[in-house]
Amino acid sequence: MSDYRGYEGKSLEFLKQNKIKVGDTVKITTNSDNVATIMPRYEHSDDKHIVVKFKSGYNVGLEINNIKKIEYISSIDINQKKEQSPTKPKPQLPKILLLSTGGTIASKVDYRTGSVTPALSAHDLYAIVPELDNIANVDAEVLFSEYSENLTPEHWKKIAERLDSYSNSDYKGVIVAHGTDTMQYTAAFLSFALAGFPIPIVLVGSQRSSDRPSSDAASNLIAATKFIVESNTNGVFVSMHNSESDDDIACHFGTRVRKNHASKRNAFETVGGIPAFIIKQGEIIQNTKDQYFKQKQYTPKINVDTRVALVKYYPGYDPKLVYDLINHGYKAIIFEGTGLGHIGKDMYDVIKKAKETRIFLGMTSQCHDGRVNMAIYESGRDLLHLGITPLSDMISETALVKAMWALGNTKDGKVDDMMITNIASEYTE
Amino acid sequence: MSGIEIDKIGLKVGLEIHQQLATNKKLFCSCNPVESEDYPVKFFRRLRLAKSELGKYDPAAVFESSKSKLISYNANPQSSCLVEYDDEPPHNLDNDAKTTSLIIASALHSDIFSEIHVMRKIVIDGSNTSGFQRTMLVANGGYLEVEQKKIGVQSICLEEDAAKLLRDTENIREYSLDRLGTPLVEIALEPVEGTPSDIKKIALTLGRLLRVTRRVTRGIGSIRQDVNVSISGGGIVEVKGVQQLDQLEEVIMYEAKRQHGLQLIAEKLKKIQFDDLTKENIVDVTSFFASSKSKVIQKSLKDEAIIKALKIKNFAGIFGYEPYQGIRLGKELGQQVRFFGIGGIFHSDELPNYGIEKEEVEQLRKILKTEESDGFLIIAGSKDKIEFAIDAVINRIKEAKNGVPAETRAATPAGETVFLRPRPGASRMYPETDIPPIIISNNELEFAKINIPKPWDSAISDIQTKYSLNKQLSEQLFDSDYLDLFESICANKANNPNFVASILCSTITNLERRGLDATLLKPEHISRSFELLSISKITKESLEMIYESIMSGKIKSVEEFIENSSPMSEGELEHFLDDLIKNNLGIIKKQGNHSSSMLMGMAMKSLRGKVSGEKLSKLLEMKISKILEE
Repeated sequence: MSDYRGYEGKSLEFLKQNKIKVGDTVKITTNSDNVATIMPRYEHSDDKHIVVKFKSGYNVGLEINNIKKIEYISSIDINQKKEQSPTKPKPQLPKILLLSTGGTIASKVDYRTGSVTPALSAHDLYAIVPELDNIANVDAEVLFSEYSENLTPEHWKKIAERLDSYSNSDYKGVIVAHGTDTMQYTAAFLSFALAGFPIPIVLVGSQRSSDRPSSDAASNLIAATKFIVESNTNGVFVSMHNSESDDDIACHFGTRVRKNHASKRNAFETVGGIPAFIIKQGEIIQNTKDQYFKQKQYTPKINVDTRVALVKYYPGYDPKLVYDLINHGYKAIIFEGTGLGHIGKDMYDVIKKAKETRIFLGMTSQCHDGRVNMAIYESGRDLLHLGITPLSDMISETALVKAMWALGNTKDGKVDDMMITNIASEYTE
Repeated sequence: MSGIEIDKIGLKVGLEIHQQLATNKKLFCSCNPVESEDYPVKFFRRLRLAKSELGKYDPAAVFESSKSKLISYNANPQSSCLVEYDDEPPHNLDNDAKTTSLIIASALHSDIFSEIHVMRKIVIDGSNTSGFQRTMLVANGGYLEVEQKKIGVQSICLEEDAAKLLRDTENIREYSLDRLGTPLVEIALEPVEGTPSDIKKIALTLGRLLRVTRRVTRGIGSIRQDVNVSISGGGIVEVKGVQQLDQLEEVIMYEAKRQHGLQLIAEKLKKIQFDDLTKENIVDVTSFFASSKSKVIQKSLKDEAIIKALKIKNFAGIFGYEPYQGIRLGKELGQQVRFFGIGGIFHSDELPNYGIEKEEVEQLRKILKTEESDGFLIIAGSKDKIEFAIDAVINRIKEAKNGVPAETRAATPAGETVFLRPRPGASRMYPETDIPPIIISNNELEFAKINIPKPWDSAISDIQTKYSLNKQLSEQLFDSDYLDLFESICANKANNPNFVASILCSTITNLERRGLDATLLKPEHISRSFELLSISKITKESLEMIYESIMSGKIKSVEEFIENSSPMSEGELEHFLDDLIKNNLGIIKKQGNHSSSMLMGMAMKSLRGKVSGEKLSKLLEMKISKILEE
């Protein structure tokens, strides 16, 4: 951490002039004398104030113009690290791996600065979720530490490669700690890239960051661990709250799940059905008899080609945008059409052009639920005739990821076949 | 009070007042904090705290997090939304609440910070769904003038009120979310020396200053006083949840007595040698008590409790030593273990008792190898709790040597205090990262200054003039919970203000003094009753009966009262009075017109509320004169 984190302009100059750093305890004279500690500044704030913490624990911003005197008293090392005692494994319990990619799921707050930092040594993890200690021996590994909006298909590949390296391990399963925003994309990619993976992969996130006592991180993690240890299944799952309540966690199929709420704990929903498993008050309830992977054998295919666009059609959509995609060398377009899978007549010319350029064109629905059926109305039949592939009830985001994966792992134009073959329960039969 | 010399113990009291603001919105969302009748939304949560972040000095939080009670929340969408469910980040700080806090700070001559930071104060008893209370320091310093003396202001904070506890059982704690997030202003005053009645005067003055703003909520629970009480040489004891001013005086007196008592106990302890207390002096006596006839012990054993006994050298007579009535070390220890959900303890000074027989005590003494001069404690509790409880008891006994430990206590309705938890440290506070710092502009500061309310006495004389009330009634009205209600009732001039004021200030208070529950009588009931009175649907006399029925829980609305007591028809009334006169002809003839007041009294017994007194008296007088004329 910088000595002047968040400070700029006049306030930074003020601190430097007075030889005061973040973390220093000072005597500040304004209208009265106060002993306080200098705290980091909130990003994008003005440069007229410095932030101090009083003994009572309260922070306030003091205007530097009103500070008559500031005297150094002492400093604390705000970067100090706590020593870690190793956790003893319990030989009778199964082993699982917790692979962290970031997000707020397994992070902790620094009570002095309020900043959230990753906390992923096994020791830290047990400190946050001591219950894990009685369910499994958890090894923790930090792959990277990114908010999920910053994750790219390159990150998906790295996660998949790392998981692939554990395909023959003695782990009973792997938890992937992940930011929730794009969790469903990563889940979909892992489902296709690691089809047939022998042990369960469970993506876990939290909607309320773990710097608060009410965080859903712990209950999601406990449920995911329990699921891995007790369910005897494989597949790629997303384990998050099933309702407002903490003892009710859903385990969704990774290709069928979507984040449907911006902030609620139970933001994730299985589209077009109920969650495959529910962990309620410690009991695992199985809602499906289907195997997640449609193939038994593990056949990793971990490449990706990002030249795929997801196009949401709307009234007034300008076909020129699709011409641009063609000109930029895009290899596949997944449409989110209206209703049963429609786009307007204005688009027919550009569709023809795309088809001539051998671009894969897939149709999903922008409705939150339901199945594409292009045989019902004339416009649907027109589009079928023009060569658009209907993708039934595959979720549009899943279709996007699948197309990237299919393009990345085939050379001979078999994308169409791969797209319509059910690999990881992306289609409900 | 048995002989405590209050002015010689260095009593210092700091007041901390929490006042709800009447913004009709929550602090961080626009839900209206109204009390609900039913809760269609229900969900369960658990709160936890990462242990590694805790200092070893915060056993309260460690224990609270380790026992992880399931918390059940009850919500009604009219008074709470996803923000209260902790399922959505807080919205912007409510501007009205901010403005009010600035006005109050200005009225108290306090220095307002130009940049306010919202903080999270960790509270993991479930009273906040998030596990923390949002609070912000608005201003520092300043003073309150009380009878020409300046009482220093320490700080003024704006914060969220907590959820209301509905039930607390062994494994589940239930809250309603109606009140959660309601804006509160917290004003902490400098500790001052003075008698409990001086402190009461300060609280009254501060309360009046707040109410003059006309921006704060009135009514039960809308203002809460915490008091920090200390005596020289002792730690600061924070007492929470003093609801009424009368209780405040009692609580301070009780604390003065308790704290001085603890110092007297400490002096006694300093004179005796008790070996270093460690857990090695503890013996498991679960099997020893297996055949005990004590019902308390048998119940514990049925609940699979473990029973442990702790020997303490030279402690005979110490637990039960009572420097002031009701102040004993034994009682303090009992409160410590109750904090951990354990019923209590037995100590050697009170045994044999509670079904534990003399022989048992003697055998136990043998097992513990105690001599006559030694003392011992017995604690029963479940496996997961008993270790916490024993640690707490040992620490408390060690602390007893030093007199008064700093701790947080709760006021009881009887005016005493009980142990609540150890004092939390500053590490419980960290920034609310969901809300950027709040800048206070010069315009806002100006606005606050311009809107500093008039002093209390001129507010009183305004009321006096406007409603032609006398000074005493105006003051009573102003200090009551009913000023706003009074003004709204009198707004349409349909009721006589003097009558309204006296009903609000004396009738309702009298009913309350009789032990009836004033919380059942809602402002809507009172407004409705005056509305009905103004159109002669009910009589003046029936107001008291209506309130009495509502406050005793017999009826739930004014309409219900009317239905149950349909007014008498003219014919029925004639008939009733004729009967009355017939049965009392002798008296009437004997006493003449003077008999009317007696007969009036007899008639009112049966007719109260059904006929207006005025009408009854006229009719009766008429009938009596007629008889006398005959």
